[in-house]
Amino acid sequence: MKRVITLPNPVYITAYSSVCGKKESEGPLGPYFDYTNRDDYYGQETWEKAETEMQKRSVSYLLEKKNIKREDVNIAFGGDLCDQITSTTFAQRDLGMPFVGLYGACSTMSESMAVASCFVGSGLLENAIAGASSHFCTAERQFRTPLAYGGKRTPTAQWTVTGAAHVFLEKEGEGPCITRVCFGPVVDFDIKDANNMGAAMAPAAARTLLDFFDESKTKPEDYDAIFTGDLGSIGSNLLKQLMSREGIELYNHQDCGLLIFDRHGQNVQSGASGCGCSGCVLSTYILPKMKDGKLKRVLFMSTGALLSPTTSMQKESIPSIAHLVEITAERKLL
Amino acid sequence: MKTGKQEYNKMIEKASPNSSLIQNCIWAFVVGGSICMLGEALYNFYRNMNFVLSDARLLSSVTLVGLSALFTAKGWYGKIAKRAGAGTLVPITGFANAVVSPALEFNAEGFVTGVGAKMFIIAGPVIVYGVLASVVYGLVLFYIMPFLR
Repeated sequence: MKRVITLPNPVYITAYSSVCGKKESEGPLGPYFDYTNRDDYYGQETWEKAETEMQKRSVSYLLEKKNIKREDVNIAFGGDLCDQITSTTFAQRDLGMPFVGLYGACSTMSESMAVASCFVGSGLLENAIAGASSHFCTAERQFRTPLAYGGKRTPTAQWTVTGAAHVFLEKEGEGPCITRVCFGPVVDFDIKDANNMGAAMAPAAARTLLDFFDESKTKPEDYDAIFTGDLGSIGSNLLKQLMSREGIELYNHQDCGLLIFDRHGQNVQSGASGCGCSGCVLSTYILPKMKDGKLKRVLFMSTGALLSPTTSMQKESIPSIAHLVEITAERKLL
Repeated sequence: MKTGKQEYNKMIEKASPNSSLIQNCIWAFVVGGSICMLGEALYNFYRNMNFVLSDARLLSSVTLVGLSALFTAKGWYGKIAKRAGAGTLVPITGFANAVVSPALEFNAEGFVTGVGAKMFIIAGPVIVYGVLASVVYGLVLFYIMPFLR
């Protein structure tokens, strides 16, 4: 079975952007976002419109940084958590690029990067945009309870990130490059607690990592860091345990869900979650560090819980998925 | 993978922290108790205003519900409930919060398909099963009453 795709040509991440909400701007990565807004409505009437606006802004920053026009973008790949990924499609309605919508729940960032890389790396496209977004309020009202409803969060709960992030991928250029990608299978370990997403997603993360290490003949030592999307503290702990049982020690693992907020100071229980979580950490933490030469080779793997409010109510378990991209710093920095 | 589903579920149980029971109970007791004390104070206030017993009771409930709606709309209720848990859920104010919060939330979807249709998504089951329970209670009472006389 072939699971690891080695790209015929490296795909360069020549620009990246991110915008986020108030809580994120108060977190440790706050100063590094391209744009933050104290108002999570982003000047719109509804939360859904706010998320669309965030996507549009993030793409605008990306194009601005590249100094190119929308028409020059070959294809945009992306998605979000809203029903029928409307935040992304509505943003694209105004952006007007050829667009491929993807849904991988919170794994959407690495999913869209992996798919876009295959197109660009094989030479079918000159460039592509990959991105994802999530909004605490759109996710909360869709998957949980109304915002003003008074309830206590369990210690296992995670906080959905309000943020949108995009990367510009090119066949040629300067910047960190994607060399290999690995699409994971849907994994289900019979977890039914929708308030413990990290635990539901850890087996999918383990599965994809094991597949990748096995087939690419690599090991954690070959990387400066292995980033997962949004396992939170509980999921991260479980992932390490699962890998340890397979004889692999993930000593250099970091979780984006633990990087974006000050977990204790910002009261986010087990950590952060959402498509925007891994995307925003990639754009404000991982890629800048790779550009500075502080990180040389990393694995970036967003994780998604593939549940819906309906399946939850029907007492179905939570299947999950993880997609991986291998990112290497520019040759001159190696 | 070497880890099976059952084994993994045991690992989760170990890895997932439980809610801090004592702390939560203290919060619930203090906040829930304070709400009830406010209810008592309101009742005494209305009694002093010379309302009859049943009206004073009704008015204190109505006032609590009104206050809860206001606190919900201002976003304060959720902030208190984040710590108080059952303390804000159990009193009548919790029920008001459960009705007002979706009404506010789904305002964006219009008065009919939003506010009207979604207002009772949380409180609906309480009303349905509350009414059902009172019917059962009434029937039981009806049939055992003759023997109690």
